[in-house]
Amino acid sequence: MIFDVELETMPREELEALQLRRLQSLVSRAYHNVPFYRRKFDEAGILPADIRSLKDLARLPFTMKQDMRDHYPFGLFAVPKDNVVRIHASSGTTGKATVVGYTKRDVKNWARLMARCLMAAGATSLDTVHNAYGYGLFTGGLGAHYGAEELGATIVPISGGGTNRQVQLLRDFEPTVICCTPSYMLVLIEAAEQAGIDIRKLPLRIGIFGAEPWTDEMRREIEERAGLTAIDIYGLSEIMGPGVAISCHEAQCGLHMFEDHFLPEIIDPETGTPLPPGSTGELVLTTLTKEAQPLIRYRTRDITSLNYVPCKCGRTHVRMQRVTGRSDDMLIIRGVNVFPSQIETILLETEGTAPHYQLIVDRQGNLDTLEVRAEVNERFFTDEIKGLQRLEGKIRKSIKEFLGVSTKVTLVEPRSIERSVGKAQRIVDLRKKQ
Amino acid sequence: MKCEQISIFLENRAGRLSEVTRVLAESQINIRALSLADTSDFGILRLIVSNFEKAKQVLKDNGFTVGRTTVVAVEVPDQPGGLHNILALLSTHGVNVEYMYAFVQQSGKNAVMIFRFDRTDQAIEILTQGGLKIIPGDVLYTM
Ligand SMILES: [Zn+2]
Repeated sequence: MIFDVELETMPREELEALQLRRLQSLVSRAYHNVPFYRRKFDEAGILPADIRSLKDLARLPFTMKQDMRDHYPFGLFAVPKDNVVRIHASSGTTGKATVVGYTKRDVKNWARLMARCLMAAGATSLDTVHNAYGYGLFTGGLGAHYGAEELGATIVPISGGGTNRQVQLLRDFEPTVICCTPSYMLVLIEAAEQAGIDIRKLPLRIGIFGAEPWTDEMRREIEERAGLTAIDIYGLSEIMGPGVAISCHEAQCGLHMFEDHFLPEIIDPETGTPLPPGSTGELVLTTLTKEAQPLIRYRTRDITSLNYVPCKCGRTHVRMQRVTGRSDDMLIIRGVNVFPSQIETILLETEGTAPHYQLIVDRQGNLDTLEVRAEVNERFFTDEIKGLQRLEGKIRKSIKEFLGVSTKVTLVEPRSIERSVGKAQRIVDLRKKQ
Repeated sequence: MKCEQISIFLENRAGRLSEVTRVLAESQINIRALSLADTSDFGILRLIVSNFEKAKQVLKDNGFTVGRTTVVAVEVPDQPGGLHNILALLSTHGVNVEYMYAFVQQSGKNAVMIFRFDRTDQAIEILTQGGLKIIPGDVLYTM
């Protein structure tokens, strides 16, 4: 079923006309209400009236995460503070937090977009949603919460953490939908197994997973071990929060980006040049309807591609590939570009290791070293040294073959790599300290 | 005729081995035989214990990776060439020994060795026909 049939299945010509009208209005609002945008447009020699087609978008300057930090906390608001009804912020792990404001209409739009997501995932008002995204300044919890209420579903606002209690409520409240990060779903599966609860036998049938990069292999593993349909959701707090894009359960092939609200582009992360449809590069987003804090050509740092082929579910909105990495996360090991997600794929394809891993990058002399620490999977444990060494060798060989880098592979005990409730901390780069 | 051996995956970190012995001691489980095979990164601890099921459960509860392996306990005649004869007999029949270790007992003059074979059933047949004494699990666990 489709939540906003008219908008989600709008013929592309009409959709693009709507996008242009909204883009023109956005650029004008930003120019007149936000000193930062006025200065940037003036520097680039562009006036709002210069935006005559969607192609003109490429003439506008980019907005970076740093710009949000520089205008901390409310410098990018485009409306008087009185009109802002909610504020979210990211954890500022590498500096100042990034702050996002919402007007009443922004909150309403967000709820409707999340309701679209839930329905695209296969949920209806009859479902019960176990929402394990964190509530608070992080957008995940409240984003999914308002969407479920908009849909008319029953929401269990459990938030993150308290794993044993989560497992207990999955059994007792019989939710049919769960929202959390994919790595936390694996934590829940393991906790349920330890508590002797077979998640596959519970009514849980849909998992909506996002907020961190993951792979197809991980999706299949979750689907098999939890007995549910695993759906990708995409969003980022700077743009809105969860609900920017979602994969439909009919095709489960790429995430429909809600193009009546967000205008996507793919650029070369090195040069900033827009790339033709189908190319892989960095996703750049423009918010078409955000009132409180519109963003123009925001560089997400997420690596993906866009697919304009019509989808069998009937939605006409473009599908983005699942985010496979962040241009920030890219590791350069002896001159080779390595994304953690590539290593994850190899580990998952190698029987015997669970998808919990950690990458340790160091430098010995002038040479970068990469150690892959992978947890031995209980189900494939062999009591012979040579069996385990074969496993290490197999992983090392696959990484060398596919990525072209030599690594040290170390098998570690299950549950010895720290589990994160939010975004997984998978990389330890010791080079930065030197 | 077979025995159940517990195998435990251990990282080479200080204190992991004593963690295993502590968990077992607290559950009143006796270790009958023990062997540790290791590389620079990890080791595999192999144990024969007084109560297999209980040991497996408490180790799992304490977060260890635990496996079950079937091994064979053979009495080795206390005479020169006692072990050699056993190995030679198996080798002529094409049975390989994956690993072996000694079982320490208080009484009896013959030594007992724990063997892991690549073909367990065939090994038992050959050894029995060769007149060697195999000690059944339930006897071994309480020896
Ligand atoms: Zn679709």
